[in-house]
Amino acid sequence: MDFSFTEEQNRFRKEVRGFLEEEIKRGYWEPTCDAWVQGFDPGFTERVAKRGWIGLTWPKEYGGQDRSHIDRLILTEEMLRYGAPAACHWFGDRQVGGAILSFGSEELKNEFLPRIVKGEAYFGLGMSEPGTGSDLASLQTRAVEDGDYYVINGQKTWTSCASFSEYFDVYVRTDPEAPRHRGISEFIVDAKSPGVSRIPMIDITGTEAWNDVFFDNVRVHKRYLVGEKNRGFYQVLHQLDYERSGMERLMGNYPLFDAIMQFAKENELSKDPVIRSKLAQLQIEFEVGRLLVYRVALVMEEGRAPNWESAMSKAYSTEFEKHVAGVAMEVLGPYGQLKVGSKYIRLRGMALHSYLGSKGYSLQAGTTEILKNILATRRLGLPSS
Amino acid sequence: MKLALTEEQEMLRETARDFLADKCSKQFVKRMEESEVGYSREFWQDMAELGWIGLAFPGEYGGGDMSFLDLAVLLEEMGRACLPGPFFSTVVLGGISILDIGSEQQKQQYLPSLIRGEKIFTLALTEPGHDNYDASSVTVKAARDDGNYTISGTKLFVPDAHIADDLLCVARTKPKGGITIFLVDAKGPGIKYTVLKTMAGDKLCEVVFDQVPVPRANILGRLSQGWSTVQKIIERAAVGKCCELIGNIQRVFEMTVDYAKERKQFDRPIGSFQVIQHYCADMATDVDAARFSTYQAAWMLSEGLPCTKEVAVAKAWVGEASKRVFALAHQIHGAIGVTIEHDLHYYTRRAKAAELSFGDADFYREVLAKEMGF
Repeated sequence: MDFSFTEEQNRFRKEVRGFLEEEIKRGYWEPTCDAWVQGFDPGFTERVAKRGWIGLTWPKEYGGQDRSHIDRLILTEEMLRYGAPAACHWFGDRQVGGAILSFGSEELKNEFLPRIVKGEAYFGLGMSEPGTGSDLASLQTRAVEDGDYYVINGQKTWTSCASFSEYFDVYVRTDPEAPRHRGISEFIVDAKSPGVSRIPMIDITGTEAWNDVFFDNVRVHKRYLVGEKNRGFYQVLHQLDYERSGMERLMGNYPLFDAIMQFAKENELSKDPVIRSKLAQLQIEFEVGRLLVYRVALVMEEGRAPNWESAMSKAYSTEFEKHVAGVAMEVLGPYGQLKVGSKYIRLRGMALHSYLGSKGYSLQAGTTEILKNILATRRLGLPSS
Repeated sequence: MKLALTEEQEMLRETARDFLADKCSKQFVKRMEESEVGYSREFWQDMAELGWIGLAFPGEYGGGDMSFLDLAVLLEEMGRACLPGPFFSTVVLGGISILDIGSEQQKQQYLPSLIRGEKIFTLALTEPGHDNYDASSVTVKAARDDGNYTISGTKLFVPDAHIADDLLCVARTKPKGGITIFLVDAKGPGIKYTVLKTMAGDKLCEVVFDQVPVPRANILGRLSQGWSTVQKIIERAAVGKCCELIGNIQRVFEMTVDYAKERKQFDRPIGSFQVIQHYCADMATDVDAARFSTYQAAWMLSEGLPCTKEVAVAKAWVGEASKRVFALAHQIHGAIGVTIEHDLHYYTRRAKAAELSFGDADFYREVLAKEMGF
């Protein structure tokens, strides 16, 4: 065992920090909770791309840097620490690019990967539907073959980043006769295609967090089929492992975590034994969660897809994020309820935003309950219920 | 960063697991719990011959030249086996402390026989009425007496003192701040032991020092400036306890998952019920997180890096995780788990004792709060 980082890794972390601090100093943005999924800033994405920090782990032939998963984790960890607005490229970088790399044709790889790397192709996900949440295999959106095209009809929902997305990674039913896991396929759909429309959904914090995305006779050329026809369900399981794998599940509201610690110190609230203990407990949970997430990166580094490992880290981490928000509200007391723009606002309203928003942390990308099912069956070998 | 054991550590783990499975049955554990001495001389010699006692000591004293991290692997296996006896006292509390702060002469004098399994050591630190591991709680006095010292007072919860050959006694040599560690001949005049009756059946003792003479040469470390050293000993001990605890809860977690697969109710294994599955998933998370945080602290100790924060994170987390693991293990095992017919109780009692010793979660949350600048 070795818990240290190499000199090169330490240098890289410093480089990333230097970049982010300079960005803040120039007033390009300020640290914000959930900025990885809600901070849309094409300029930031472009500047990150220029440094070669999108698709960091991908092969050089597609524009990547062939760097390690630990390097990528260092990069994303720092972006989250500073609450950087990385939403434009996050999904493409984290999972869709990887999916294309794992399952896509050479043509798809060449078409999309270099563009994701350059920060020129923003992706959204089309997995859930109004009647399809945890039971993803029940999805109803249909794609029917028509010559060289597929015609897609249906509705996707809870699509993050959708109003900025230029492409959607969409899972649709291509064989309604087959057992439901075996009749699903994955397509890349251009968001500008005729028949694609979006309606924003406002979450409990008042933010446009998602969109409903509608597909009305949307024609997609066959070459945009990712991987094998009717193998989409197996591909999506693979992709979900990556969706759950990162530090964003632990550090989505890190700016609040950092701010509440400072606030308690500055206002001497940390002298209170109850508050001291609660904040120390948060720090413990953070440190432990960080190790669980690094374990996932090490699994990927071995060339394995993280499976129950990312289920574990994600389930643990989102509970931590909820705990951070809850404790922050308690530490702020009545001030916690004040909304942005209010007199007496504290911590730029981050606690309230995160407290309300955090209800969704343990639902997205696999509910905590689904993740525990994965742990129980795939790691522990307990019989299916 | 690497989270896997080295090949050498894997081998050590395997050897230890096999040996302990063979020699440290629950019947043996039970016998040791019930006996007054609490260990077997023969078993002790076996461990010396296997090189376990000397594992983390330099070869020049007869040790195995391995690291604290390697020792952590062994301690984990000992926790898994509920190993009774004075290994922890002798090695983690006694020997490594001497190695860390002793003079060359003291190391030459004490370590080779300790490593050969000829001498048992322990640490006399805590006292009646105090459980906060604070310098102010040390009241046992070492009075200057013609160039040498005379120790008087009572130490409590001293592990294995009744069988020890030498004690590391933490005593006060000045009314304020003056903490000194003395090496005391445990069989010498003026020392009385009472073995306490404990939950884990381990041998915690009251040790009464009545005018015990100690030569000046037996000061370990610096006169009146020993508290920072004591804190280091406490940190090492806390990590050592974490290692034992992760071995303990790993085994209990495995036993529980196996039981959930075998035990049938309503014509199906209880492990097919989602609520039991989620309990098991929670246990898996707690056990893995406990392991990583423990090994992080052990690695830092091993590398000689300052690690007050990491030790605090580990002991606080492992203590709380262990409570949760046992709550679920007992719930899943049902009534058989609260009988002495089932092995679970050996682990339950030991885990609680380990959780309480060398600082519980509240203690380390406070340590961490200070580290965070609160």
